[in-house]
Amino acid sequence: MTDEDSTFDVLGLLSDPVRRRLYRHVAAAPEEVGREAAAEAVGVSRSLAAFHLDKLVEAGLLAVSFRRLSGRAGPGAGRPAKLYRRAEGEHAVSLPPRSYDAAGRLLAEVLENAGLDRELQAAARTAGAAQPDARADDVEAVLRDRGYEPFWDGETLRLRNCPFHTLATEFPALICGMNLALIEGLAPEQWSPEMDPCPGGCCVALSKKKSH
Amino acid sequence: MLCPMSDTHLAQVNIGRIVAPLDSPELADFVAQQPEINALADRSPGFVWRLVDDGGKDATGIRPDGNDALLLINCSVWESVEALRNFTYHSDHLRLLGRRREWFRRMGEAHQAMWWIPAGHRPTVAEAMERVRMLREHGPGPQAFTFREPYPAPTGAAQL
Repeated sequence: MTDEDSTFDVLGLLSDPVRRRLYRHVAAAPEEVGREAAAEAVGVSRSLAAFHLDKLVEAGLLAVSFRRLSGRAGPGAGRPAKLYRRAEGEHAVSLPPRSYDAAGRLLAEVLENAGLDRELQAAARTAGAAQPDARADDVEAVLRDRGYEPFWDGETLRLRNCPFHTLATEFPALICGMNLALIEGLAPEQWSPEMDPCPGGCCVALSKKKSH
Repeated sequence: MLCPMSDTHLAQVNIGRIVAPLDSPELADFVAQQPEINALADRSPGFVWRLVDDGGKDATGIRPDGNDALLLINCSVWESVEALRNFTYHSDHLRLLGRRREWFRRMGEAHQAMWWIPAGHRPTVAEAMERVRMLREHGPGPQAFTFREPYPAPTGAAQL
């Protein structure tokens, strides 16, 4: 079986609509999700949710941990709950095959070596501002549409996913600077995007500007 | 927790050539953020020590190359590569990194290095510059490496 075959197998699992809704719910949640909560969010029974969640774990799309939710310990605390989160690793399929990631890596390396951070940031800011929905009031929707998986942390909008993860790991200063500029271009006037990395997620968080 | 490597720490150096003197308007933002970012480093998990000049606050007064008035040095000690990586790339420090080209010229050759030291050792400027030189001349190895290709801490007594 080729790599492409196994990717098709993995992604094929998501053709079931319930499974896909469960995957999206867990993947976008800021914290690990229990069976009960996932079932409720998607509107199916707990046992059906458990069946599909475990299929997603088998395929390597979700990962599992066990924890007592009540905070109790010792005898009488009950069994630890099975909690789901998105698995590490990326799955991409392109038909016909395309290698934008390889091109991106080469381009990033050249920019890094040439010290072109500011030029890249200027281009990213312009590109962000040129999007049809740039400056739209619903900044959460704008970022969700681009795969950032935003969630509220009090008054701060944090981003659970980094769309440039692999490149950002290899060229953090360059790519995170680019990402910040892109979001600055996208975000409406009254929001200020800032570097405020969240573990495992995007380096940018947004908060509303204080009106003076 | 069993931590067999606790007698070994990671030393780190990076050097950078500023685009203008420290008291110039070009560097004003960089200078203004030093206290905050150094305080952040000092309270970061796994931080051990950092080099400071005679002023005692930061290392901006040190010139590792006497012939180069614009070359600054940063040198610090951490418990692990991960601790250093978390501070460098997963903290507010990333905000400064994103603006590095406003303040520092791009260097054509290696400008940073890491190496393992016995816990308690405090690297000197000369020692740190020597590691940068080793990286420039020999490429990454256990004696001088970078984030991109980290080498594990040495085991046993054979250190340095």
